[in-house]
Amino acid sequence: MSTTGFHELEQAPPPMTSRVDGDLMEVSMGPQHPSTHGVFRMNVALDGEVVRKLKPVFGYLHRNHEKIGERTSYLGSMPYTDRLDYFCSMTNNWAYALSVEKLAGIEVPERAEYLRIILAELTRLQNHTSLLGFLLSDMGAWGTPLMYAFREREKILDLFESLSGSRMMCDYMRFGGCRVDAGPDWFARAQKIVDAFPRFLDEFEKLIVSNEILIARTQGIGILSAGLAVSAGITGPMLRASGVNYDLRKVDGYGLYPRFKFRVPLGDHGDCYDRLMIRALEMRESLGILHQAMKDIPAGPIMNPKVKVRAFKPPIGEAYGRIEGPKGELGFYLISDGSASPYRYRVRPPSFINLTILEDMCLGHTVADVMVILGSVDIVMGEVDR
Amino acid sequence: MIGTGVLKGMAVTAKNFVGSYFVKERLITVQYPEERAPLPENYRNFPFLVFDNDPEAGLRCVACKICEKECPPQCIYIVKSDDKKPDYMGKQQFYPKTFDIDISVCMSCQICVEVCPFDAIKMDKVYELSRRERFDALLFRKTDLRKSNEYYHEIHPVEAAEVDAGLAKAAAEAEAKKKAAAAAAAAKAAAAKTPPASDAPPTPPPAPAPTPGS
Repeated sequence: MSTTGFHELEQAPPPMTSRVDGDLMEVSMGPQHPSTHGVFRMNVALDGEVVRKLKPVFGYLHRNHEKIGERTSYLGSMPYTDRLDYFCSMTNNWAYALSVEKLAGIEVPERAEYLRIILAELTRLQNHTSLLGFLLSDMGAWGTPLMYAFREREKILDLFESLSGSRMMCDYMRFGGCRVDAGPDWFARAQKIVDAFPRFLDEFEKLIVSNEILIARTQGIGILSAGLAVSAGITGPMLRASGVNYDLRKVDGYGLYPRFKFRVPLGDHGDCYDRLMIRALEMRESLGILHQAMKDIPAGPIMNPKVKVRAFKPPIGEAYGRIEGPKGELGFYLISDGSASPYRYRVRPPSFINLTILEDMCLGHTVADVMVILGSVDIVMGEVDR
Repeated sequence: MIGTGVLKGMAVTAKNFVGSYFVKERLITVQYPEERAPLPENYRNFPFLVFDNDPEAGLRCVACKICEKECPPQCIYIVKSDDKKPDYMGKQQFYPKTFDIDISVCMSCQICVEVCPFDAIKMDKVYELSRRERFDALLFRKTDLRKSNEYYHEIHPVEAAEVDAGLAKAAAEAEAKKKAAAAAAAAKAAAAKTPPASDAPPTPPPAPAPTPGS
C-alpha cells in the first residue's frame, strides 16, 4: 500500500514560469473574468502585452457528469445531458439518444427523425446567433449586438418552451423518438420565425462584416492551420474555418440528413474572422434545411412503441453515437453490461477538445486578442468541465 | 473609404433604436412584475400531486415508489402507509404516509410524470418560489404538494382532458369487469342453488377438500 497521503497530492501546482527575473509577468485571467464564458481561468505569461505562455485551468464547474451517468438509469441520464452544453440541449439529447439507440438497436419513426432535424437546426441557429453576440461583446461592443442576438435567440427558445416545456433544459428526446408531438400551430410559428430569420442575418452582417474595427480585431488573429486542427482533433465550425471539409452530417449521414440538400461552408485562413463568418454562413444553410424539413415532414407516430419507458435494459455491448453539434462532434460512448445503468458512460465534448489548442492560437498575440480567440472557439464551460 | 463600415453598423443600431418605438417586433421585453408573458400549455416547473374531490381521500398516489426510484437527482422521499384506503375506482390501495419533494434538488425533468402509472403526479407552473430559508422552506411536504384536479385542468387543459378520458375509460373497464365478474358469480351461485334438471346427468359430488397436513 502506498504511503502517499491525500494531503501530499493536494499540494499547490508549481508556478508556470520557473523563474521570476522580470522578463515575464504572470497574470491570472479568470475564473471570474467577464469574458471567459463561464468559470474558466487562463494563466498567461506576458512579455509586455504579448502572450508568451498560456495555461488553461479548468474544473471549477466539474460535477461528476460521467459518474452520475453510470449510477442512474439510461433514461435518467437524459435530463443531465441538457446540462452539458446548456445552450444546445436539443442536440445533446439527440447525441445521447442516438448512442443508446445504436446500443439497443432501436428504430426511430420517420416523423420523429424530421422533428429531431428541425430542432437540431433551430439549436444551431440560436447557438451561432448567441455566439456572434458574445464574440462582439468580447471585442468591446458591449451589450447592443448581444441583445440583438438574444432577441432572435429568445424567439427560438420560445418555440422550444412551447414544445418541450422548458426554454433551455428541454429534455425532449427519448430513446426511439420524441416526447411530445408538435402541432400545426407550432409549425406555423416556427415557419414564421424561419422566414423572418434571413432579415435578421442581413442586418447583423451589416453590423459586423465590413466594420473596420472588427476586421482589425479578427483578421489574421489566432490562425489555426489545417494540419494542427486535424492532428488536435478539432471538429465543428472551427475545423471547417481552417478549410477542412469535415461535417458529420455529410460524413456519417446520421438521422435523415442524406435526404437534405445543403452545402458545407469552408474557411480559407483559419483566423478569427473566418471562424466568425463560417457561423453566419452555416446559419444560412441551416435555414435551407429547416425549409426542406418543414415542407416534407410526414404524419405518423413520434415514438417507437416497442421501447419501454421503465426498466430499460439494452443488451450487453458497446456503442458510440455522434452527431454534428453546433460546436463540433458531440459523442457519447456507452458500454452496457446488460443492467439498467451503463457500465461506462463517456462524453466526447466538442468544447473541451476544441479548447486544447488555445495556447497554440494565442502565442504571439496580445492579451486583448486572447479574449477574441477564446470567444471564437465557442466554448460552454458546462461541457468542458462536465 | 475607411469608416463606412462603422457608419453602416451605426445605421443598423439607429434603425433598431427608432424602430423600438414603433415596431412591436423590435421591442419584445415585458415589464415583469406588472406585466407577465403568458406561459405555454406545456410549460413545466415542479411536480405536484393530483387529488380528486378530497385532498386526503382523493389523492391518486398509491405510494408505489416508482417515481422515487426513477427520479434522476433522487429528490422524492415516500413512506408507504400501513393500512389501505379505497382509491378513485373503489379499489383498496396503499397511500403515501409521507411524500416529500426537495424542490431545491428537483431539476424539472418530468420523468416522474412519465413513469407514474396512476396519473398521480403532474408538473406545476408556479415559478415564483423564492424563499428566505434554504432547507425546510424548499422541502415540499405532502400538504404543499397536493392540488386538485380542477387546478390541473386550469394549468394544462388539453393534457388534463386526455388524462381524465383515460382514467374514465379505465374506470369504466374496471366497472364492466366487476359487473361481469359479479354476473358470472351470480350465475354460478344460481346454477349451484337450482337443482339439476332430471334429464341432465347428475353431477358427481365434489371431492372433499384436502385437509391440511394429510
